[in-house]
Amino acid sequence: MAAALAAGTTTSVALTNAHYAQIEKVDSAVHAFLYLDKEGALAQAEAVDAKRESGAELSPLAGVPLALKDLLTQKGIPTTCGSKMLEGWRPPYDSTVVSKLKAAGIVILGKTNMDEFAMGSSTENSAYGPTHNPWDLTRIPGGSGGGSAAALAAFEAPLAIGSDTGGSIRQPAAVTGTVGVKPTYGGVSRYGLIAFSSSLDQAGPCARTVLDAALLHEVIAGHDERDSTSINAPAPQVVKAAKRLDVKGMKIGVVKELQGEGFQSGVLSRFHEALDALVSAGAELVEVSCPTFDYALAAYYLIAPSECSSNLARFDSMRYGIRVGDNGERSAEEVMKLTRHEGFGPEVKRRIILGTYALSSGYYDAYYGSAQKVRTLLMRDFNAAFAKVDVLVSPTAPTTAFKIGEQVDDPLAMYLNDIATIPVNMAGIGGMSVPCGLAPEDGLPVGFQIMSPAMRDDLMYQVGGTLEAALLAKWGAPLLDKAPVLVAN
Amino acid sequence: MAGISRDDVAHLAKLARIEMSDAELDHLAKEMDVILGAVARVQEVAASDVPPTSHPIPVNNIVREDIVRPSLTPQEALSGAPAQSEGRFKVPQILGEE
Repeated sequence: MAAALAAGTTTSVALTNAHYAQIEKVDSAVHAFLYLDKEGALAQAEAVDAKRESGAELSPLAGVPLALKDLLTQKGIPTTCGSKMLEGWRPPYDSTVVSKLKAAGIVILGKTNMDEFAMGSSTENSAYGPTHNPWDLTRIPGGSGGGSAAALAAFEAPLAIGSDTGGSIRQPAAVTGTVGVKPTYGGVSRYGLIAFSSSLDQAGPCARTVLDAALLHEVIAGHDERDSTSINAPAPQVVKAAKRLDVKGMKIGVVKELQGEGFQSGVLSRFHEALDALVSAGAELVEVSCPTFDYALAAYYLIAPSECSSNLARFDSMRYGIRVGDNGERSAEEVMKLTRHEGFGPEVKRRIILGTYALSSGYYDAYYGSAQKVRTLLMRDFNAAFAKVDVLVSPTAPTTAFKIGEQVDDPLAMYLNDIATIPVNMAGIGGMSVPCGLAPEDGLPVGFQIMSPAMRDDLMYQVGGTLEAALLAKWGAPLLDKAPVLVAN
Repeated sequence: MAGISRDDVAHLAKLARIEMSDAELDHLAKEMDVILGAVARVQEVAASDVPPTSHPIPVNNIVREDIVRPSLTPQEALSGAPAQSEGRFKVPQILGEE
């Protein structure tokens, strides 16, 4: 699309209108979007077209439409984070990611659905109803960024932004047959990203190809003085890496702990075929053991809820968001309790209570403290592994997309969906999911995860790009060509 | 093994400022028991000689020059307020009336 725009064979306005037409056609069935900003998007598209016509130099993605996860603030545009708590809130400022998208001339179509405050693996925790997987509308699109991934798979947008705290970009990418990248922690500014778990949250690019993700990655990456945890160093050159299409001599570590029990057989068979493709391309496989990975999930479900119980304390009904039960008689505290009762859904309450417990005196050392120690051990596992290999790989998710409603009543089963993605967040390194085929038993997409050392995001793009090209040569067409054609209903 | 009672959950809900119905408390107490049982595994490997990690990258205080810069206008800052009065946030009573 960017090439067609640059060549003048299409305009941004035409592309934007075409995507709104597709959204009109399929989104009643998919429900990827929570809000559409047609007026703003078309104004941006017109501005880019005018600039192009005047001969001004534009960034590579200028004029290309994008879907934005509803947890990044965009000035004047409703931002709910999938929660009733923020219903109707229009932020008075742009997040840094949005400022960068706008500066690059990218057209923001609207805001995408997500699990409430990014807590979930299926988008079923959204207060505004679930998103449906375009491959099979009775199934989940992953979560928390199911809206962004579904929008890509349903051709409602060519690019999207997600956020990944425990897998919320990569797992939806895996189950929708799209590409999703969690950059190194601190690689992309968190300013204006509504916080869930501050030491784990990271915004990143979602796309249909590795190169598109790389182009978007370079738009949003970089140091930001408004986020003191953003890394003050040159951003990795991921576009160049995505174009290399060569892994000769690279050492690829296969994580022993992420391929056994609990992993669907079709997921494993496609994963092994992808490994074969990388070997054919000249990579060397090394089996690597990361023993602490078995404890990563448990540690995550202490650290993330602990941080969330603190971060979500800001929703106190005083300065923004909804307020419930203020009858002039009740105290601020009573109103706060009623508001939080109404405003938060079951999963958010569950995690706030869990986090409050893990941080409470008497239990702090046993739970939160122990989880922090596991985090140290996980980082040691990664450091030892990256001393031997360039990148690590595993299936992105243990299964393909499950049915909507299948796991809602079993939080522990739901948490297991993130078993392979969580270690990356705990260590703050980079992770990517690339489609590697359809599971033979159900015909649904499988994701291949690549993990790279901190600030070496280029390595995962190099491997991801090479794998994508090798599989494309084998299949003859992109995986998404096999997705069912959605029709208006 | 940590057991967590309905009363414990009620206390936590109070600390977290979330009103909960009896049904919610019953349900959550059962779930918490299961979840805590699962996450308690972290204690198996958390030896005393392992230092804790709170953050994946070193976090330092970063200071900047104290320069006046454009910021939100009072109107913008109040734009999302559930209630406002005379250019200020209006909140329910904080101290009880004597």
